[in-house]
Formats: sequence, C-alpha cells, structure tokens
Amino acid sequence: MTDVTLAELCIYAASEAFRGNGEIVATGVGPVPRLGAGLAKLTHTPELMMTDGECYLVEQPVPLGPRAYDDRKKAGYLPFSRFFDSAVWTGRRHAMVTPTQIDRFGQINLSQLGGTHKQPKTQMLGVRGFPGNTIYHPNSFFFPAHTTRVFVEGEVDMVSGVGYNPAKRIAGGNYSGVALKKIITNLCVMDFGGTDNAVRVVSLHPGVTFQDVQAATGFPLEKGDLVETPLPDADALAIIAQLDPHNIRASVIKDNPPAQRVS
Amino acid sequence: MLDKRMTAADIVAQLSDGMTIGIGGWGPRRKPMALVRELLRSNLKDLTIVAYGGADVGMLCAAGKVKKVVFAFVSLDAIPLEPWFRKAREAGQLEVLEVDEGMFQWGLKAAAFGLPFLPTRVGLGTDLAALGGLKTITSPYADGETLIAMPALKLDAALIHVNRSDWRGNVQVFGPDVYYDEWFAKAAAKTYVSCEELVDRMEDHYPDDAQFNLFERCFVTGVVELAGGAHPSSMPPHYGWDMKAFKAYADAAKDPGVWSAVADRFVGATEADYLNSFGGKEAVAALPLPIF
Repeated sequence: MTDVTLAELCIYAASEAFRGNGEIVATGVGPVPRLGAGLAKLTHTPELMMTDGECYLVEQPVPLGPRAYDDRKKAGYLPFSRFFDSAVWTGRRHAMVTPTQIDRFGQINLSQLGGTHKQPKTQMLGVRGFPGNTIYHPNSFFFPAHTTRVFVEGEVDMVSGVGYNPAKRIAGGNYSGVALKKIITNLCVMDFGGTDNAVRVVSLHPGVTFQDVQAATGFPLEKGDLVETPLPDADALAIIAQLDPHNIRASVIKDNPPAQRVS
Repeated sequence: MLDKRMTAADIVAQLSDGMTIGIGGWGPRRKPMALVRELLRSNLKDLTIVAYGGADVGMLCAAGKVKKVVFAFVSLDAIPLEPWFRKAREAGQLEVLEVDEGMFQWGLKAAAFGLPFLPTRVGLGTDLAALGGLKTITSPYADGETLIAMPALKLDAALIHVNRSDWRGNVQVFGPDVYYDEWFAKAAAKTYVSCEELVDRMEDHYPDDAQFNLFERCFVTGVVELAGGAHPSSMPPHYGWDMKAFKAYADAAKDPGVWSAVADRFVGATEADYLNSFGGKEAVAALPLPIF
C-alpha cells in the first residue's frame, strides 16, 4: 500500500462523507469530490443518486475525462431547469465543493477577494448556488492545499454560504437545514463537531501532526480523536482507477505526493 | 401582428438606452450570441443585464454597454472566471445585484406572475441581503418565519436562442437542458427569439415535436432565423461550444486587454462576417457536443 497517493486517500475520505446518506443527490464538484461520491455509490451507499455532470441521473457513475459522448447510461433526469425544485430546496442533496475561502464558522466565499463589493480586488465566480445549498442541504468541502489563505483568520471576504456564525443570522429565519459535514484537505479530515459547531480535526493523514494542521489554519482548531486517516483498500483503489482512467487525480494535489508523508 | 419575423437589426432597434434586458442560456450554453453581437454593433448604453452569465455578459461589459448586472455567476465553465466581466468588476465600473442561482429564477418567476416578490429562505445567513438591499418579510401564519423577499426581476426585453420557430412564434426547444429560458420569456414585456431553423407553419413541419414548445407564442414578440446564432456557446443537439474561440476571447483580455482593439474579431461588422471568420455555419454546425 506504499504506492497509494494522497489524492487517493482524500478520495477515500470523501467517499466516507457520503456514507449512509440515503436516497439523495450526491454532487462532487472537482475530481476528488466527484470520485469520492462515485466510490461511495459503488461501495457502501448504492442508494445515492448522481448526475452525469450535465442533466441526466445515472446509476453507474460517469468516469472522468475524455470518452464517447453517449457512454453515459441515462436512468433519470435532473436538469438545471428543475434542480432547485427537486434537489436543493427539498434538501435532497449533499454537495462537496471547493470554495476559495472558509472561516471558523464554516462560512465560505467564492465571490470576490479584497476591495469592496462595488470594486473587488479580485472578482471570482459569484455566489453561484452556495446560499441556497447551505441553507437547505448538507455540504462538505475539499481543499487540495490547506493554507492560511484558504482557512482564513477572522471571516471570509464575502459570505457566500451560511455557516454557524450567530451574528450573521437574521432573527426569525429557519436555519434547521444548515448541515456542514466534513472538510477534507491534503493534511487532514475535519468536521464541525467542536464547541458551538467549531471546526475540529478528526483524523490526520499519515505523517501529519495536529501542529502541522494548526500552523496552516488561520483560526484555532479543536481536537477530535485524532486517529490516522485510513488508506483505501485494494477494492477501492480499483474502483477509483476505473472511474478515473486518465489519472486526472494525479494533478489535484501539488506534486502528487504519496499518502504517507515523508518527513 | 401574427407574422413576427424581424431582422436582428429590427430587434435591436426596438431596444433603448437604460432598458433591463434578460439573456437566456446558462454560462457558455444556449446563449443568443448573434443577438448580443447585434446589440454590440448598436449605440445602446446604460443597460441592466440579467443573466446566468457567460460571454454575453463579458462582452457587453467590455464594450461599456452595461450600467448594472444582475447575476449569480459569470463563467465560461472550462474557463471558470469570465475575464472581461472580471476586468469590468475590478475597475469598479458596474453596479451589481448579486444573488443565488435559485433566487435568480425565483425573481424571474415573481416577475412572470406579476408579483412584487417571492419569499425564500435563500440568502439568509449570507452577505447577499445586506449587499443587495434585499428586505425580509415575516410569515403572517403561526410559524412567523422570517424570509427574504426576492424582488421580481422584471425585464423590458428578453433575448433567447431556440432550435426552431415558425413566423408566429411557435418555438421548439431541444437539448438536454433548457435552463430558465421559459421564465426569461415570461418575465419580459417583450421577448425576442432567434432560432436555428425558421419554418412556415410549425404544424405542417414538426407537429410531432409540439411538446418541445417550451413557452407559448403569446410570449414571443419577434423571431429571426440565425443559424449558428449561439456560437461560441453550445446549442445542442446542433453544435457544441467552441472552446478554441472562448480561449482566444479570454486571451484577448490579457494585458493590455483593450476591447476596442479586439472587438472586431469577436463581434464582426456583420453576422455573416463573424461566422465566416470562424469557418462559416458549416464549421459551427460541426463543433462536437461537450462531454461532461
């Protein structure tokens, strides 16, 4: 197992975030989350629903990268034109995404960095569907480079997704759908199980210490059990390879390091 | 008037400075780009653009046509950050109303139904309400829940590209996803439709496809046939997006990135000139559909 890569370990951890989620749409945006969702569906949680990345529901996760146009086998239909009615606003979804920033409240940003809203220093995508996703259904996050630029001190520059910040919550609103689950990074797995939903490190990737993680994070972290993040087994690795025949996963984390950190 | 045929120039001549214009499609998909290019050839200005934005928004901002953008994102998918929109934003030259993708279609629906707003939970707990001046409303029922009142996104005009239409405005829209084009059509005082194929009477040509009539002809003011009119965005099942063209467009935004110096390549003096510079309608029709 010495040749398992860190990306594959992260995919395996991502699949665990979808374990037992039931009959909901699992959306993984980006190679690691998407492979994680596919792995979950093909192993422990076959009830999961997922799309081909466009608008059809598939029962066999669609592999990454170039392939024939109609390789996908369509089992159902979930286009953007009914995405909010069906998946988001009914809470029947768990998305794993990579925002540009996240803070200690789990507030996320992918809209703009610096400056003002009238004149941002850096314009990014816009809030997309994050405000709706975060108030209606579970969300998890994947970050290929765990740094203080991503895990910011204070609050994110533009709050694009709901977190656990009491000061941001307009009184009388219904926040019962807010459910931030896992944060998977190149260093560790975290959740929001700390005091008042504080971010807590639950497992460390092989060779990583809590101090390493804390040093790369702009806010104080709590400690969970701090077990070692498990490596994928041979079956999981085979499924990952089948879902990613062009090895796109090798390009996700800088230098594609092995799962076991060499100190 | 039942015969709704117009030229692209006729359509643009019906628009005026300061109007709020909705543009159908989604990012790099199903955009009425030929109508957008015609708008870019005009003197129109101070527009408010309402769109699930792609190069339509980028080009109009770059050309200085836009006062305000209502958006949830502006993106070319494989080129995530729309470079010309980004430049306009970072220069501070735009007013904006930034909303969530779901709130956006909710606002179109409010406008379609003639309502001042529709209530939603979306936006609570984020910066959207404060930045956009969005108000809240309290449920009058026992729950007393506080909700965001998403204002109606009333459009003076909507521009939409469809697969087929007849001269009365009976449209047929194919492709695996039609996004929110139907709601742009219904939210607008006037909707102008460009199409890949214009037929005489739909019932004589394609009666078996009547279920693809995405919105009824009472919502259509004008129709023009513009084959290849979504280029460089995708128009399934006819053609995919032209990522090479998007890449050239994105590269042109790099330093010094002056729109007036490159506009000719991406707008053209006429639509025929534009299409010819990309190999003509045949070359557009041959662009493969994207694989997700």
